[in-house]
Amino acid sequence: MDVSQYLEIFLDETKEHLQNLNTRILELEADPEGEDTVNEIFRAAHSLKGMAGTMGYKRMQNLTHDMENVFSEVRNGNIKVQPEMIDVLFQCLDALEEYTDNIQNTADEGTNDNEGLIRQLNDIMNGSGADGAKEESAPAASAVVSSDAAKWDSIALDESQINVIKEAQKQGKKVYGINVVIQENCILKAARAFLVFKAVEEMGEIIVSEPSAQNVEDEKFDRDFTLIVLTDAELEDLITASESVSEIEKVNGAPIELENNDSRKTEAAAKAEPEEKAAETPAPVANAAAPVPAATAAPAAAAEPAKADAKKQAPAKPVVNRTVRVDIEKLDSLMNLVSELIIAKNSLVSASSQEQTNTSSAFNEHVEYLEQVTTSLHESVMKVRMVPIENVVNKFPRMIRDLSKKLGKKMELYMSGEETELDRTVVDEIGDPLMHLLRNAADHGLESAEVRAERGKSAVGSIFLDAYQDGNTVVIEVRDDGNGIDSEAVKNKAIERGTITPEQAASMTDKEINNLLFLPSFSTAKQVTDVSGRGVGLDVVKSKIESLSGEVEVKSKLGEGSTWTIRLPLTLAIIQALMVVVGNEKYAISLGSIQTLEDISPSDIKLVQNKEVIYLRGAVTPLIRLNEVLGVESKKSPDENLIVVIVKKGDKMAGLVIDELIGQQEIVIKSLGRYIRQCKFISGATILGDGEIALILDANVLI
Amino acid sequence: MELGTNAVRNLADEEENKNAVESIQFIVIRLGDEQYGIDIRMIDNITKMQAITRIPKMPAYLKGVINMRGDVIPVISIRLKMGLPADEITKSTRIIVLKLEQEGMVGLIVDEVKEVVTLFTNEIEKIAYNAKDEKANLINAVGKHNGELISLFDLSAISLEGN
Repeated sequence: MDVSQYLEIFLDETKEHLQNLNTRILELEADPEGEDTVNEIFRAAHSLKGMAGTMGYKRMQNLTHDMENVFSEVRNGNIKVQPEMIDVLFQCLDALEEYTDNIQNTADEGTNDNEGLIRQLNDIMNGSGADGAKEESAPAASAVVSSDAAKWDSIALDESQINVIKEAQKQGKKVYGINVVIQENCILKAARAFLVFKAVEEMGEIIVSEPSAQNVEDEKFDRDFTLIVLTDAELEDLITASESVSEIEKVNGAPIELENNDSRKTEAAAKAEPEEKAAETPAPVANAAAPVPAATAAPAAAAEPAKADAKKQAPAKPVVNRTVRVDIEKLDSLMNLVSELIIAKNSLVSASSQEQTNTSSAFNEHVEYLEQVTTSLHESVMKVRMVPIENVVNKFPRMIRDLSKKLGKKMELYMSGEETELDRTVVDEIGDPLMHLLRNAADHGLESAEVRAERGKSAVGSIFLDAYQDGNTVVIEVRDDGNGIDSEAVKNKAIERGTITPEQAASMTDKEINNLLFLPSFSTAKQVTDVSGRGVGLDVVKSKIESLSGEVEVKSKLGEGSTWTIRLPLTLAIIQALMVVVGNEKYAISLGSIQTLEDISPSDIKLVQNKEVIYLRGAVTPLIRLNEVLGVESKKSPDENLIVVIVKKGDKMAGLVIDELIGQQEIVIKSLGRYIRQCKFISGATILGDGEIALILDANVLI
Repeated sequence: MELGTNAVRNLADEEENKNAVESIQFIVIRLGDEQYGIDIRMIDNITKMQAITRIPKMPAYLKGVINMRGDVIPVISIRLKMGLPADEITKSTRIIVLKLEQEGMVGLIVDEVKEVVTLFTNEIEKIAYNAKDEKANLINAVGKHNGELISLFDLSAISLEGN
């Protein structure tokens, strides 16, 4: 069977599952008793196994199978979660990642059998001392063939269904439970299942299906599904009919004893409480087969059994995300078209304002309407490209855990704002720089346990990763409560390397010195570890961030810790800008950096250290005369009031003096091309409605 | 600065390969009283003079940028580059847009575009490099056509400039 067309989906989903497993196992490590976590892990491992099997990746399937067995034992309470076990599981995940990488690169999983890992997994299993037979009691578990005997008994029935069954039995109908297993390599599982449903419905009535008919139709089931059927026909006929559908591996069935079912349910509800406490005591088959969340839902179950059943099933049915995966290039071209549309719209706006005398109000209305539509269209397209940084930062807790073990330092990573969204292209690129910063924080930043104790800090070092949106930018901060940067050491190193002269060093602020760290080949680590300290990194971080039109800076206090702040633009292609005139040239300033517009009388200007400043709402704000920076003659006479655009970058403010305001406009950023590179404070150009070019001023550089 | 132009390099290659006399087409432009040739394969298009947006803090010869069908393209005054008097914009002034491998599109302001000529490799003579002569640095060969001499631009010199 050719499955190559599913390869991409397989890879995407595998990565998702692996990420999920990483996160969950970390949770499990922190809370070895978390039953929800175990269930989630089990499900992810199980899906992974199924997918690998379907795609014919046997080694991957074997490994996940053994992992799943371990999870299954944990779930049944036969094994306790041990730190060694977590280590082995993480190694398994790494091995799986390796398989996935191999598959991505060569479409083949490679030849590493990972026998060692499988043996370790088996050791864990055997070490549990529990009988291997327990395994089969897990629903939808690895050993499908042997476990389905009890499947229909494990289906939870609500009152109305029980009544229907009772009613039917009174009428002399028979009630059967059947379990249908589809062949492993079947591609169109849903279609086969549908044919089985149809065949069964010809003979009787399906009253319960597990998973639900909808989920089966959407292919949200593994290889098997279970039905409870009301029929006049014999069980044999039912099974034969179902088996006649092709690609069905086997069908099992048995009459349903309602009393059993009923008592099982009440028994489960009654026993729920003790079961929670004594999970490791061998429970009756029916109980063991009940999904474990039942225990968590137990208090409610005692009172309202029907409700508990609903809850019990809830985790099995994830909310269906209606999504499409789209090639990023298609989005880019869509984005370009939207850009063109906005330019065309701007042309119309400018044409209508130029010929104000002979344009009708109707025309203006249409133009305004067009403006609304293009703006919303742009926003929608932008949103399509936005993804939460979650996808990137999710792998960090695992990384910090590993680093913690490797470096022998205790540390904890606290993350916030994972839901902050950024342009897809930015999110894809931001992972490596963040990883560098986190590694730096773990290796250089945090002190050894002894030093921490001396300084009266808690033994466990803290690293924070915070993301949030700030106006038109997204800020990502990596913070640690470690040693901070030793500016003196940096200074001495820089002098030693000839980067700066001792005279220069004397006049540099701490901030300027810290920025030296971003220079290529600059590492102050006294010893090189394999985590960091080779002097590549910070300069790479800086150039990467800058290539994304972002910036990175560091603040640090010796002995208390450092904060690395990355600022990234929310969008890359189209921005809202304020159009201004300086001399007789038009410039655009991104609205994101503008705080306010001020009208300042020349008499309000004060001189501080020979620089012009204004006193604005309690803050001394330096003035920057744009005409001087840009080298043009101002049109205004010196005694006229000044129009000042107050811009902000982080906590720094400055006032840009301009000649004239044009207004707010949506502009499409165009690159100035590779030929012009020197001009720092021009971040690009944009084409105005009349075809003229206006340059975009980068206020961040001017401040 | 590099000596060989793409044109001449190409010529050399072609001569080697085919061992025959090859021909190249040049666009002949006028700057003041002199005629210059630009390899036609390097030219993306020729446009009339249009509004140029100045870019601050740039050398004088870098006049600014123009809007070429939605693309922003830098424009160079070849006169200022060669140390000639500044351009006088007339009706016949044109911007020749070159497509360079490394730098992308670059526009050159010329006084006039005259004609297209075909030169054979044996009509082209390489000239020596003179570090002191600004003007000569841009020229690396001379072609003979109908008894007139046409200086041929070294476009790689333009592309390497200013960066």
